[in-house]
Amino acid sequence: MTPAVRVQDLDVTLDGTHVLRGVDLAASTGEWVNIIGPNGAGKTTLLRALLGLVAFDGEIAIDGLSDRRRSARARKVAYVPQTPVIPPGMLVADYVLLGRTPHRGVFAAETANDRRIAAGVLSRLDLGGFGERTVQSLSGGERQRAVMARALAQQADVLLLDEPTTALDLGHQQDVLELIDALRRERGLTVIATLHDLTLAARYGDRIAILARGRVAETGPPADVLTVQNIAEHFGASVRIVDDPEGPVIVPTTAASAQNGDQP
Amino acid sequence: MSDSQPNGGPHVVLEASGLRPRSLAAGLAAAAVAVVAGLTIGPVDIAAHRVALQLLDGLPGLTIDSGLSDAHAAIVEQIRLPRVALGLLVGATLSVSGATYQGAFRNPLADPYLLGIAAGAGLGATIAITSNLGDGAGVFDAVPLAAFAGALISVTVSYVAGHLGGRSTASLILAGIAVASFLTACQTYVLQANSDAFRQIFAWILGRIATSGWSEPALMLPYFVVTVAVVLRYRRALDVLAVGDEEAAALGLEPRRIRLVVVLAASLGAAAAVSVSGLIGFVGIIVPHTVRLAFGSSNRLVLPLSVLFGGAFMVLADLAARTALAPAELPIGVVTAFLGAPFFVLVLRTSRREIW
Ligand SMILES: Nc1ncnc2c1ncn2[C@@H]1O[C@H](COP(=O)(O)OP(=O)(O)O)[C@@H](O)[C@H]1O
Ligand SMILES: [Mg+2]
Repeated sequence: MTPAVRVQDLDVTLDGTHVLRGVDLAASTGEWVNIIGPNGAGKTTLLRALLGLVAFDGEIAIDGLSDRRRSARARKVAYVPQTPVIPPGMLVADYVLLGRTPHRGVFAAETANDRRIAAGVLSRLDLGGFGERTVQSLSGGERQRAVMARALAQQADVLLLDEPTTALDLGHQQDVLELIDALRRERGLTVIATLHDLTLAARYGDRIAILARGRVAETGPPADVLTVQNIAEHFGASVRIVDDPEGPVIVPTTAASAQNGDQP
Repeated sequence: MSDSQPNGGPHVVLEASGLRPRSLAAGLAAAAVAVVAGLTIGPVDIAAHRVALQLLDGLPGLTIDSGLSDAHAAIVEQIRLPRVALGLLVGATLSVSGATYQGAFRNPLADPYLLGIAAGAGLGATIAITSNLGDGAGVFDAVPLAAFAGALISVTVSYVAGHLGGRSTASLILAGIAVASFLTACQTYVLQANSDAFRQIFAWILGRIATSGWSEPALMLPYFVVTVAVVLRYRRALDVLAVGDEEAAALGLEPRRIRLVVVLAASLGAAAAVSVSGLIGFVGIIVPHTVRLAFGSSNRLVLPLSVLFGGAFMVLADLAARTALAPAELPIGVVTAFLGAPFFVLVLRTSRREIW
């Protein structure tokens, strides 16, 4: 089976900085791959390369995409950016409908179907009554969900999420991740996400890739990748890993406890 | 779910922003009021209903006696009507160009002169006037032609220089500022060497809606049509550009190509307006922002309503310019700022809408 997304030997240089070096990554259809790594590791750059937003060497293949036009790619790949631009004065309804742009074409009006899809994702993201508000007027968490709604309205096969939960409270973090999980079961959505919360990354991902200094350092199931040694090496963090039936829980340890030697 | 419909989907009404019949009616009404005022008010007052009958009489296949004397009929048809038409065209073009620049550059302070149109036109006109190529009267005089050429050259240079400097809209704006400063310096130099032409050049810069028959509106019309047609076609694309080039590209657009097309269309119209009427400031900023404050920020309504309200505003400003100190005429640039600025502050104070 061809994977939904396959990246081979990807090199990206930005303004003379070699940001990604020989990255290999694949996600099969319906799979959820989380990319973790310290700040500046190149996670955002990898997603931007997948979107065709930066020049690269190497190969990126999106299953079913041969058309090189941007609109064709946007029907296949949707994106939740790490720091979305908030358009001044734009209503939430219009903002979510932007997700339908690759389907309707630049010059055409949105159809009743577009409006129905946008209304559907808004209500699934708890934003049902917010259509007439401006995006600016939303709280941080509501904004993040509005951005998510726009990406889901795109109805693409591949969803790229760049730290989609950082502004959300615990309940909404779960809601958003559960919704994405449900959609991938319903529709075979392929998800590639960057997450800073390693416990959440273990809970919701099939596979985790550690990106460090522009390379994929480790990749595999959460329990194999999230080891004390890997986290110490790539994040410079000292943690304890607690086994839980639903997956590993990553607990930061203090310097004092590390000296007391309560690590196994 | 209690609110689910028999067909299963959640029942949520979701409306996109757009030009509602009520806002369109408001814009048409404003334009109509301005036209009627522009045709009836002046040194001789002419009753509005007679003006209307006279205009109907002018339509092919209709013969109606308006009851106007030949002299009054001539005032309406040969003096006031072309002037009102030119005011509509120039005001609409400058306003819609300003709205386009603001959307394309995602900058509330952008106006049609951002990429050096004003400075380029000013230099062109100054060179034409100081070389005694023309006196600024008449459409095919050298002054408007030189102004038009100067405006288009400066936009082109700004665009090329801005894209050499980088890919951001900021680099394009900075290139426009550099080009404008350079051309203004050139203009000052030419002026210094020809100080006797100072008054004439200053009068040209302050702008006017002056017509000699139908030649000015006829010249302006094709540019107005091209600008409005292109820019309105891209109104939805401009809404997508509001999320920035990167996200717009991720939504399947080619932001730089779209920006090039709409900015060139807006610049063409603005250059034509400037060459016919001089540098009329402020319209390209206050009209679009007033529309946003009153009706909303989507380009789907801002662009068409800027056409209507921009035209109306210019006709009324011209009416004030020719009646306030009659028989003398005020420069129209003075009137647009003098009336427009307090009005705009009032709108800013009373609107609760967030626009930028
Ligand atoms: N336009 C750019 N020019 C130069 N360096 C860049 C540019 N964008 C990102 N970088 C650098 O690339 C590295 C990776 O950035 P990024 O992909 O945003 O990391 P992450 O998302 O993992 O935090 C960082 O060191 C960053 O400073
Ligand atoms: Mg990042």
